[in-house]
Amino acid sequence: MPYLLSLPSWLYLTVFFVVPLVAMLSMSLATGNPLVGYVFSWHFVEFARAVDHYWVQLVRSFWYGTLSTFLTLVLTYPVAYWIAFHGGRHKGTFLFLILLPFFVSFVIRTLAWQFLLSDQGLILGSLKSWGVLPEKTYLLSTSTAVIGGLVYNSVAYYVLPLYVALEKVDRRVVRAAGDLYASPAQAFWRVVLPLSAPGIFAGFLLVFVTNVGDFVNAALLGGPGTRMVGNIIQYNFFDAQDYPMAATLSSVLMFLLIVAIYLYARVFGTESIQEYAT
Amino acid sequence: MSASAISHTRGGLLRRIGLARVLLATYTGLFLFYTVVPIAVMIAFSFNQSPHNRVSLKWLGFTTKWYRNAFAIPDLTVAMGHSLEVAFVAMIVSVVLATPLALALARYRFKAKALTDIVIFADIAAPAVVVGASLLSLFLSLNLPRGLITIFIAHIAFDIAFAVVVIRARVSVLDRALDRAAADLGATPWVAFWTVTFPLILPGIIGAGLLAFALSIDDLIITSFVAGQTLTFPLWVYGAVKTGIPPQVFVLSTLIFAGGVLIALLNSGMAQRSKS
Repeated sequence: MPYLLSLPSWLYLTVFFVVPLVAMLSMSLATGNPLVGYVFSWHFVEFARAVDHYWVQLVRSFWYGTLSTFLTLVLTYPVAYWIAFHGGRHKGTFLFLILLPFFVSFVIRTLAWQFLLSDQGLILGSLKSWGVLPEKTYLLSTSTAVIGGLVYNSVAYYVLPLYVALEKVDRRVVRAAGDLYASPAQAFWRVVLPLSAPGIFAGFLLVFVTNVGDFVNAALLGGPGTRMVGNIIQYNFFDAQDYPMAATLSSVLMFLLIVAIYLYARVFGTESIQEYAT
Repeated sequence: MSASAISHTRGGLLRRIGLARVLLATYTGLFLFYTVVPIAVMIAFSFNQSPHNRVSLKWLGFTTKWYRNAFAIPDLTVAMGHSLEVAFVAMIVSVVLATPLALALARYRFKAKALTDIVIFADIAAPAVVVGASLLSLFLSLNLPRGLITIFIAHIAFDIAFAVVVIRARVSVLDRALDRAAADLGATPWVAFWTVTFPLILPGIIGAGLLAFALSIDDLIITSFVAGQTLTFPLWVYGAVKTGIPPQVFVLSTLIFAGGVLIALLNSGMAQRSKS
C-alpha cells in the first residue's frame, strides 16, 4: 500500500528532479559547441577551467552568502525573541506583519530597493538635498547594496524558524536558570540561545543556500564588480551558450554548498540536521 | 506590568530587565517599519503622475490613471496571465501528487522511506539556480522546446516537496482510530478515505495548495532557466528593468498584494471561527 501511494510522486521526482541532476553532471563532462551539439566525453578539464576562470565569483558568492546570512540572523533574532517571549495576544499579528513582504513578488521587492537606493532616490536624494551627504555618494552597484538586498529578501525566512524554536523553549527552564543565580544575560547565552539552535540551523539552511545561489539582487542592485556565480551560470547558458561551462559551475556550486552545510553541521552538532531532515 | 512598577517591588536588576524589554520592543517596531517600507513605496508610486509611462523617482502628484489603464500593456497582461495559469496548474497537480505520498510517509513504515525523505529534503534545500540549470540540462539533452509546458514541469517539481511537508504535518496529528472505526462500520478503504480522512486533512491540503500557488507565482530564478521565449510576470519585470518600468507593474503587484492579504485574512478568520 505505501508503495502504491508513493508511486506517482516518486515517478515525478525521479524524472524531473533526480534525472535532471544527472543530466547536469553529464552535461558538465561534455564537449562540443552550440552549432554541432554536445557529446558526453568524460571531459573533466571543464572543472579546472571553471574554477580557474570564475573563482572570484565563486568566492564572492560564498562571502556574500555568509555575510548576508549572519546579518539576517543578528537582525531577526531579537525580533523573533521579542515576539515569542513578549508578543502576548498579538503574536499572530506581528508575524503577519513580518510576512507581508511575501505578498509582493520577490523581483518587485528588489526593484523597490533599487528605487529607494538610487542616486537621486528617496533615501540618498533626501540626504543629499539636506546636505548630510556629499553629491557624489552612491549605493547602487556596490556590494553594500547587494548584501542589503539579500538581507531584506531573507528576513522573513529567518524570523519564522527562529520564532518556532524560541516558542518551544520551556519557560520553566529559563526561570530555573534565574533561580540558580544566573544573570539574565547568562540565562540567555547559556540556556535560551543553545535551545534555539535548531531554529538557527533551519534558517541558515534556507537563507544561506538561497543567497549563495542568487543572481537577482546582484543584477538589480549590483554592478560589474558584484557578479555572483548565479549571474555567470545565466551568462553561460543564455549569452555565451557554453552549456558545459554553465552545467559545470552549477555542479561546483552544489558540491561546495553540500560541503559548507556538512561543515556547519560538524561544528554546531548534527542533531538539528536530523531533526529537520525527517 | 510596567517597568517602574517592577523596580519598586524588586530593585535594580529587574529595572534593567524592564529597560531591555523596552529597547527590544522599540527595535521590533523599527524592524517592522523596515520590512514594510518597500511595500509602501510600491503602493505609493503606483499612484504617482509618472511622465513617459515610466515610473519616476520623484513624487509628481496623485493620479489613478494607471489603475484605469492597468491592462494597457498587452505583453505585461499576457505575462500576468501566464503567471496565474502556471501557479494554478502547479498548485492542483502538486497537491494531487503530494497527498498520497504524504499519507504513505505519515502512516506506514517501509523500506524506501528514508530515501524518500532525503529526496524531499534535497528538493527543498537545493538552490534554485541548480534546480533550474539541471532541468535546462535535461531539456537541452532531450531537445525539448522550452515554453509553458516546461514551466509547468519545473514548478510542479519544486512545489511537490513543500506540499508533502505541509500535508504530512496535518496527517500525522490525526487519530488513526477514526479510520479504523470507519472500517469497523463496514467502509471500504476508498470510502473511508473520502468520508473520514479527506475532510480531516483538507485544511492541510488547502494550506499546501496556497503555499504552492504563492511559491509558483513568485518564482523568477527557476523559471528564467526553463521559460524559453515565454514570459511570466516576474520574468517580464526583470527584463523591463533595463528600459524602465511602466507604472502598471506597480499597479498589478499592488493588486496581487491586496488580493493575497485579503485571502490570508479570510483564511485566518475562518480558522478562528471553526475553532470557537
